[in-house]
Amino acid sequence: MNAIELRNLTKSYPLFTVDNVSLNVKQGYITGLIGPNGVGKSTLIRMMLGMVRPDSGSVKILGCDMPKQEVEIKQRIGIVSDECFYYEHLTIIDMKKMIAPFYKKWSDRKFNGYLEQFELSPKKKIGDLSKGMKIKLALAVALSHEAELLIMDEPTSGLDPVFRREMLDLLADMMQNERNSIIFSTHITTDLDRIADYIAFIHRGKIVFNETKEGVFERYALVKGDLELLDSDIRNEFIGIRETSVGFEGLVDHRHKAEQLFGDHAVLETPSLEDIMYFTSRGGYVHA
Amino acid sequence: MENIKIILSNASSDPIYIQIMNQIRQSILSGELRAGDTLPSIRQLAKDLQVSVITTKRAFEELEKEQLIDTVVGKGSYVSGANKNFIREQRMKRLEEKMLEIIRESKELNMSRQDVIDHLTLLYEEEQTT
Repeated sequence: MNAIELRNLTKSYPLFTVDNVSLNVKQGYITGLIGPNGVGKSTLIRMMLGMVRPDSGSVKILGCDMPKQEVEIKQRIGIVSDECFYYEHLTIIDMKKMIAPFYKKWSDRKFNGYLEQFELSPKKKIGDLSKGMKIKLALAVALSHEAELLIMDEPTSGLDPVFRREMLDLLADMMQNERNSIIFSTHITTDLDRIADYIAFIHRGKIVFNETKEGVFERYALVKGDLELLDSDIRNEFIGIRETSVGFEGLVDHRHKAEQLFGDHAVLETPSLEDIMYFTSRGGYVHA
Repeated sequence: MENIKIILSNASSDPIYIQIMNQIRQSILSGELRAGDTLPSIRQLAKDLQVSVITTKRAFEELEKEQLIDTVVGKGSYVSGANKNFIREQRMKRLEEKMLEIIRESKELNMSRQDVIDHLTLLYEEEQTT
């Protein structure tokens, strides 16, 4: 079962295009949507939420069509973003009174509990909240109406490391129910990746891969070695390579082949997601 | 439910699922976990270790393949009822694999069979005196 199904989504902007993207987000798991800034992560998320209309293609959330069944979908999902969806001049408590009746499964007890846990004063005006506090508020709302799917746009931006760690526990709590799903987007790889089951990597408006984190780390390798090992054929094996006077460092996406190719002559390491993001975005050769 | 001890290291070169698998296996082979003991659910363990569900699931699947644990759908996983002989057998199997590795390495180093036996005898005696 898929929590989210995107089919052939296309959206053109003057400087940038989301190009025929299809993506399945698995139910019961956490998916991290990663990629550098300005490659389409937010556009993709806005299309999932019905905030941006695609030029073509279709969006299905929890088996329902977006935007046709938007009201039902919004009942069952939680949206976490630092972009304010609420009225800036309202206090938290006033905002709650406005939105709570909309949700069939709203719990005041849960909401008040989260406000206390997140140290958010109910009397505070939305407009006076910091970026991080807005994220916390959005999370409190999402967790108070038994959302089956959390869609989080850059949730870690503006959050201090202490709360980021606490958030891992909150999300893992939600995932104790195997019908629940989470997708989050991020351009910085953080502790959130630790608990992600699937990684979808988007670059220049296209999905580069969407697979289990384990699979990604088994397939890719970071190769480090002496410049003498490189010739034009070997260079072509790399997705991206950085050459300096003291040696090279490059990313390959077929670890096994690289092991055979380099043997003991080079060091092969498991790359971080950041390494994969860096070398894929820069591509080609970097001379530093 | 038994308490299981798992410590994950970021400094280790082993993938996380291997670390989880090795430590549960060790607890079973050492007798710390006994046949019939229940293991935490995959999702609970993933939460406690702050790792992904799939990582934890993979560790459990590998242990199932080794017949060290059994999983009953809807009920969770527990240490397999296989007897002590089986566990000893498994340990012997792992020891044999390590021995084979030693033999292969020795051959690469052009050591004779007698060289290997002599070396092993020497180390065995040293280990006993300490």
